[in-house]
Amino acid sequence: MTSVGQNQTAAGATPPSSGSGRGDETEPPDWTAESAPIKAIRLRHPWRTVFAVVLILIFALFIIDAARRPAYDWPSVAKYIFDRRISQAAVNTLQLTIYSMLVAIVLGVILAMMRLTPNPVVKSVAWFYLWVFRGTPVYVQLVFWGLLAVIYQSIDIGIPFMKPWHSFETNAALNAFTLAVIGLALNEASYMSEIVRAGLLSVNRGQEEAATALGMSWFQTMRRIILPQAMRVIIPPTGNEVISMLKTTSLVTAVPYSFDLYTRTRDISAETFNPIPMLIVASIWYLFFTSILMVGQYFLERRFARGVGDRRPDRKGAADEGTPTGTLPIVGSGQPTVLLPPREDNPPVNPGHGGLP
Amino acid sequence: MTDSITPSATSASDVPMVHADRVSKSFGTNQVLKSLSLTVQRGEVLCLVGPSGSGKSTFLRCINHLERLSAGRLTVDGELIGYRETNGKLYELHPREAARQRREIGMVFQLFNLFPHMTALENVMEAPQRTLGQPKARAEEHARDLLDRVGLADRMNYYPAHLSGGQQQRVAIARALAMEPKLMLFDEPTSALDPELVGEVLDVMKGLAQSGMTMIVVTHEMGFAREVADSLVFMDGGVVVESGHPREVLESPQHKRTQAFLSKVL
Repeated sequence: MTSVGQNQTAAGATPPSSGSGRGDETEPPDWTAESAPIKAIRLRHPWRTVFAVVLILIFALFIIDAARRPAYDWPSVAKYIFDRRISQAAVNTLQLTIYSMLVAIVLGVILAMMRLTPNPVVKSVAWFYLWVFRGTPVYVQLVFWGLLAVIYQSIDIGIPFMKPWHSFETNAALNAFTLAVIGLALNEASYMSEIVRAGLLSVNRGQEEAATALGMSWFQTMRRIILPQAMRVIIPPTGNEVISMLKTTSLVTAVPYSFDLYTRTRDISAETFNPIPMLIVASIWYLFFTSILMVGQYFLERRFARGVGDRRPDRKGAADEGTPTGTLPIVGSGQPTVLLPPREDNPPVNPGHGGLP
Repeated sequence: MTDSITPSATSASDVPMVHADRVSKSFGTNQVLKSLSLTVQRGEVLCLVGPSGSGKSTFLRCINHLERLSAGRLTVDGELIGYRETNGKLYELHPREAARQRREIGMVFQLFNLFPHMTALENVMEAPQRTLGQPKARAEEHARDLLDRVGLADRMNYYPAHLSGGQQQRVAIARALAMEPKLMLFDEPTSALDPELVGEVLDVMKGLAQSGMTMIVVTHEMGFAREVADSLVFMDGGVVVESGHPREVLESPQHKRTQAFLSKVL
């Protein structure tokens, strides 16, 4: 591009194809002079504007049309959206999601670590679990859990073939909600374990080596060194799984548990013979929860971006502060350090956050 | 440097710190170490030099049992590494025991391998807290002291990503020293550094050598070897080709292979 470059080409064996061989006549540029800041006319993108306007028009037309269309039955939507039965069902769905995801994440981490241990017995157990629970449809598994009481009438605790110390009746001990959570969680754990395993494998091998060389045990290395770094890789797909779980809860009718959001709205529409507004009601609630979960994920990702500040989701804050430590307040806390900008003349970034050493 | 990082003189001083007796190591069919014997005395600084692939790093990693030996015996401070020998039979050590042995051997890596999710201070505090059960306050005090000594008093709360390579490597040295090892292994500690940052790391290592630490340093820094090392070992093809006082080996190498290598790097 520069005249220097052209000179070099010209000096080579191949003659320049264009008539720019006059490059050697030009003055060498003065490298010391400060160049003028670039003031260029911005490139315009008229078609983007046109396309956006067309899309907005189409969308507006759709909304206006939908608002008038009797089949949507907006008065019914308004009537049922905060209906006691619906909001209770929404809470149930949220509980199903949270409980089963919590169990699934804990179990998934354990399974992933089991698969990476040097212990072949433990490794095979984890593999077998994955094979069964990932290999069969969640719907089938939920039906099975629903039939647990038919297969095993009582749950006995004790030594096999001896009189049990304690015995409960399955039906009394496990209600449909619990069975639904178990069914969803055990299935999800198999997927989570693969996500966690991918995260653990993504951490540089040198990290494990350094921790081992310091005399840390395998478990300490995993928990303190590898897992925290793997979190950055684990969180985004886990967010996916949470949102997916929120919607998978609509399958718990297989258990049968019928107080979740979707089953409830379906039951109500079976009475009113008017399914469409109920579907809209359910969708609004699902979207509402999903949006909240997405916000939560954003903050979690920020929390685990420690030490790799430049790759955090919002780069703006980090860049503006100009401190080299990535000193955004650490969200989620539980973390002892808020970093002190090293030089005295730098005021603390976030005085409200305390904990400055 | 104060006495907290000088090696303890608990065991009899006539036992060599490292003694390798006909050590071999193979990866599959590739024999990397061939019946290598080597002794490092207490307080000695030994530099291992040689072309890449000569087995220097592998030997270093065998010393703290990151790699298993294929044959031979290796002792550190008189203690067999990775195994226990009773009545002429070798028993593999439990990982817990192997970890205990590693705690007394510090290691510094070519690519630093700092924990990126921890600040410099946390990097240094981590292992003493987890493995030696040091209370946090004590680990922190010790870590501050060590970071101060490697010249990073003003960088304690930085994450590794915000430190230069030389600073990172100095944190890594402090991290290894926090375990109060009796032996330090350096695996090409300056090879990944910009030329202008090499000096600050070598200075720290020099100070450490002067404090009496036993050190084995795999390096290409012949100046450091000449100035600091007590002995120099030239390796090639998994065997010791030549060894002796650094000045003698560097100035009048006896072996052809050594001459050829030195003529290229000096």
